[in-house]
Amino acid sequence: MHELSIATSILKSAEREVENCGGGAIKEITLSIGKLAGVEIDSLKFIWSECMRNTVLGNAQIVIFEPEGNARCLDCGTVFGMKKIYDSCPGCGSYFKEILSGKELKINKLIIE
Amino acid sequence: MCSTCGCGSNENGVVIKKMGTEEHIHYHSDGTQTLHSHGHKHAHPHEHSHSHTHEIKLEQDILGKNQLTAEYNRGFFEALNILCINLVSSPGSGKTTFLERSITDLKGVADIYVIEGDQQTSNDAERINKTGAPAIQINTGRGCHLDSEMVSKSLRLLNPKPHSILLIENVGNLVCPAMFDLGEALRAVIVSVTEGEDKPLKYPDMFHTSHVCIINKTDLLPHLKFDLEKLRDNALKVNPKLQFFEVSAESGQGMGEWYQFLKSKIA
Repeated sequence: MHELSIATSILKSAEREVENCGGGAIKEITLSIGKLAGVEIDSLKFIWSECMRNTVLGNAQIVIFEPEGNARCLDCGTVFGMKKIYDSCPGCGSYFKEILSGKELKINKLIIE
Repeated sequence: MCSTCGCGSNENGVVIKKMGTEEHIHYHSDGTQTLHSHGHKHAHPHEHSHSHTHEIKLEQDILGKNQLTAEYNRGFFEALNILCINLVSSPGSGKTTFLERSITDLKGVADIYVIEGDQQTSNDAERINKTGAPAIQINTGRGCHLDSEMVSKSLRLLNPKPHSILLIENVGNLVCPAMFDLGEALRAVIVSVTEGEDKPLKYPDMFHTSHVCIINKTDLLPHLKFDLEKLRDNALKVNPKLQFFEVSAESGQGMGEWYQFLKSKIA
């Protein structure tokens, strides 16, 4: 259940930003959680309200982008979409690849009011 | 409800203990104070006569703080030439027996230090302490993984010598520890032959982030329908760079190659 640690880290960053702004509450938070990032968005949403109650994120609207997995084959250079981390290159069958997207785990933006 | 401190309950807070001493640390790690104790601490200290909003583009890694502390740890290890290995597996794969055997067999070859991570009890660190290796037990309470700050704090109690080996036995869990860099030079995933051959496909993140795969309990192979090649193939699909060691920590079979590998890393 590492989603709890993820939520806690998000809250800590958000509180720091609010403090830097001299106070307020967060109206909207935008996250990127890639499809290969290993985070269950349903679990995160499940614990979100409990974690964020009475905090700067208590009433925030959450926007989550879920970038698809993409990789470049290290053997033949084909760029391909990945559903799973162990998908092989559709061009040559190699498992050696550089992951280009899908592992994102970021806070993109906060709107504080 | 909080994974790192159990929401203020001492029973579930993180506790770090040095075996054979009274030294220990209770602490509320990364972010937990902010989780539940002061929701309105930062509330408006001044009156707003008009409403306004700030849009802040952060583009910040959510686990950036863990990564930063992991890099501090890594710098510490590199400066003192300490080989740090993060051992991860599901519960019951034989991690502690593997450590006990490694420590006993490498006596006189290298100074070995151990950090044990479990939700509760000091049983594992006590087992390690009996081998003579200095051991720290981290009880994560409800937490399902070690993080880099727990390791950083443990290092102050453990005080490892230069040119030594630090083995970190993570909480038995093939999911969560994958996401948390501790500052290790190598991550070793242990899988035993009593588990399924498809474990790497079921828990790909852990195999994807590991450098070494130790296949343990090979002494049981004659009693099992277990296809070792299939396990290796599955693991290589997830991570084609994995280096394998087939061992029985119980009988000692195959451990020699592992020791050679460790020696080559500290030479």
